[in-house]
Amino acid sequence: MTAVRPDAGRRAYFDHAATTPLRPEALEAMLPFLTAEFANPSGAHAESRRARMALDDARDRIAELLGAGPGDVVLTSGGTEADDLAVQGGWDAAWGGGPDGPGAVVCAAMEHHAVLEACRALARRTGAELRLVPSDADGLVDLGALADACDPGVRLVSVMTVNNELGTVQPLADVARVAGERCPSALLHTDAVQAVPWLDAAAVTAPADLVSVSAHKFGGPKGSGALVLRRGAAVRPRIGGGGQERGRRSGTPNVAGAVGTAAALAATVAERGSTVARVRALRDRLGDGLAGRLCGVTESGRREDRVAGILHLRLDGVESEALVVLLDEAGIAASAGAACSSGAVEPSHVLASLGLGPEAASSGVRFSLGGTSTDEDVDHALDRVPHVVERLRN
Amino acid sequence: MRSTGSRTSSSACETRPVRVLVAMSGGVDSSVAAARLVASLGAADVVGATLKLWGGDSDSGCCSVADVDDARRVADQLGIVHHVFNFAADFEAHVVDPYVAGHAEGRTPNPCIECNRHLKFDRLLERATLLGFDAVATGHHARAVRDPDGRFRLLRGADADKDQSYVLAMLGQAELARCLFPVGASTKDEVRAEAVRLGLRTAAKPDSQDVCFIRSDVGRAGFLGDRVALHPGRLVDHATGDDLGAVEAVELVTVGQRRGMGHGTDGRRRFVTAVDVPARRVTVGPPEASLAAGHRLHTVSWVDGAPAVAADGAFAALAQCSAHGRPVPCAVRRDPDPDPDPDGGGHALSVAFATPQRRVAPGQTVALYDPDRPDSVVGSGIVA
Repeated sequence: MTAVRPDAGRRAYFDHAATTPLRPEALEAMLPFLTAEFANPSGAHAESRRARMALDDARDRIAELLGAGPGDVVLTSGGTEADDLAVQGGWDAAWGGGPDGPGAVVCAAMEHHAVLEACRALARRTGAELRLVPSDADGLVDLGALADACDPGVRLVSVMTVNNELGTVQPLADVARVAGERCPSALLHTDAVQAVPWLDAAAVTAPADLVSVSAHKFGGPKGSGALVLRRGAAVRPRIGGGGQERGRRSGTPNVAGAVGTAAALAATVAERGSTVARVRALRDRLGDGLAGRLCGVTESGRREDRVAGILHLRLDGVESEALVVLLDEAGIAASAGAACSSGAVEPSHVLASLGLGPEAASSGVRFSLGGTSTDEDVDHALDRVPHVVERLRN
Repeated sequence: MRSTGSRTSSSACETRPVRVLVAMSGGVDSSVAAARLVASLGAADVVGATLKLWGGDSDSGCCSVADVDDARRVADQLGIVHHVFNFAADFEAHVVDPYVAGHAEGRTPNPCIECNRHLKFDRLLERATLLGFDAVATGHHARAVRDPDGRFRLLRGADADKDQSYVLAMLGQAELARCLFPVGASTKDEVRAEAVRLGLRTAAKPDSQDVCFIRSDVGRAGFLGDRVALHPGRLVDHATGDDLGAVEAVELVTVGQRRGMGHGTDGRRRFVTAVDVPARRVTVGPPEASLAAGHRLHTVSWVDGAPAVAADGAFAALAQCSAHGRPVPCAVRRDPDPDPDPDGGGHALSVAFATPQRRVAPGQTVALYDPDRPDSVVGSGIVA
């Protein structure tokens, strides 16, 4: 046989949920701060003042676009740090050393590892009980199970805005209502990392007290993110030092990162309407085309519940770990779920949270599109994917 | 001589693979194996894969992130694609769980052999075939050669001290036809020298030791103690039945073991002759009591079918009872009263040593070699 060689010929990128290319607006905005305007914004000289102004401008813009005041935005190294700061730092600020015993933390079983591990670490550190809430078969957090998990002893609830593997938009307003009824004093955190490219993040995350975002998911630079604090929520710092970010996150500010984040966010918000419509059409054409060309395909989650960019399929009789290798050789970058630190594909805890067994949970593949996805990308996938899947089934 | 990989490992080059998946553990042998394949086949036809086998803690071996990093960086240097395959569930089911269950029942399984049997030369081979590869290569010190009759032979590695044919003795024609051992014809020194010459970062890495999924600070006792109940037992004399004292955990004692068994009244060292977990009893005796006339084997495999037997129903072989044990002459016959085979394959055999040998623990593997061609593996089985 003549195998298609990796990295040769046409390639189509379907891994925007993992990361997106840097937007030109972000690059342009960042370049001065990677070159001439290099100063530390904390200094007392003209060079620093220029950097400080750029940082403050960026924060103002990020805050406005996320529906918060500039004092309520903590710039972080990304989504993972924002999640950790929210879960652990938010808990400590609200409940640290409280007189009523350790209490409980509730989060969706389908949360990103950044939230799951922060909750586990919190539970280990404080003695709090961790309660994981399963999902329904359509990839939405089970509100009945959430209600069962929430009682007045619950001090923090974390439910993501959009699931990263399936693209399902979680019913955050309902989550807030349930939590408000059953554990009114609990903080509500949402990891909105996958929401920003597709939804009005300010509006959909409004019910949450703590909101995490990550720049590189919407065309910003890696290593830059933010935690938004609403309604007076506070965080105890997880990183001490020079007291930057109003003492909430020490470390020399990443000026270029903040500037790039603001530029990417502004451009994303400005173009969101047209991008969502265009990408949704591409995504649906890909989903419909593959469903028409292959049997044994199940699309995870209802389309009306999902953000525009994500198509998650379960393919009967196919191991996703092998599938992504062959897709790579066929010129298609897709994902088989979460990758662990060694690069191996971990069995999907998201699919497990839907009640799927190990075999079904290892048959999932995610095609995630973005603003730079094209009709040609979809054509390429429709041309190659069926062939690869059939080969694996033979 | 500089080997150039696959094409020198076979006398039938023209039919040999065009596209090879090389299993890269992050060690020096598999790094050089990959380098040799790249030299002979070109980078486009070689892909590296590291197996993630163990989700728990480990020092090193096949599983750690540091080893994956080494493998990936060697692959980068060689200009080949590298993947990580997560076979942790299979490893747990086929290697770790049986290892734990075996000890709980007084047996001593060899996890490296079971990993080769179920993971590297089954799961990985299957994955490789699915992905369109013609063969899997590993850094084992053994040789797979094709005889003029078209049949494959499994031969000892050229470096007698590093020979790994024992842990590959379960391979048959179907596997050997799709296996390459590019460093099998070289000594370890040659492999290391080549790695140095090529500037591979793994050149000076020490050989892997011990069981890869057990951390050295936890040890076998700690590992097993976390997973099964360990029971104290009595130490009993093999001849008199006298109670000689206590043992901390019968599950941690292996037949043939000397350490911790003390000395007899005559001052000679004592050996474990039997472990009976349900009875919580470890039987010991002097050196001569630790000898066995032979063993019965299950889970039998043949490199190229069962050898023809002589008029007495037996064939002659050399039995090797541990990874670097001395091969000893024996007569092998079909067991007249075979136990049900726990793994469902192969016929039970009985092996009679020409002279009694140190008793082999149940669960350990006996590899059989051809007395007329002592480098050539005939087959293997697990001691019942």
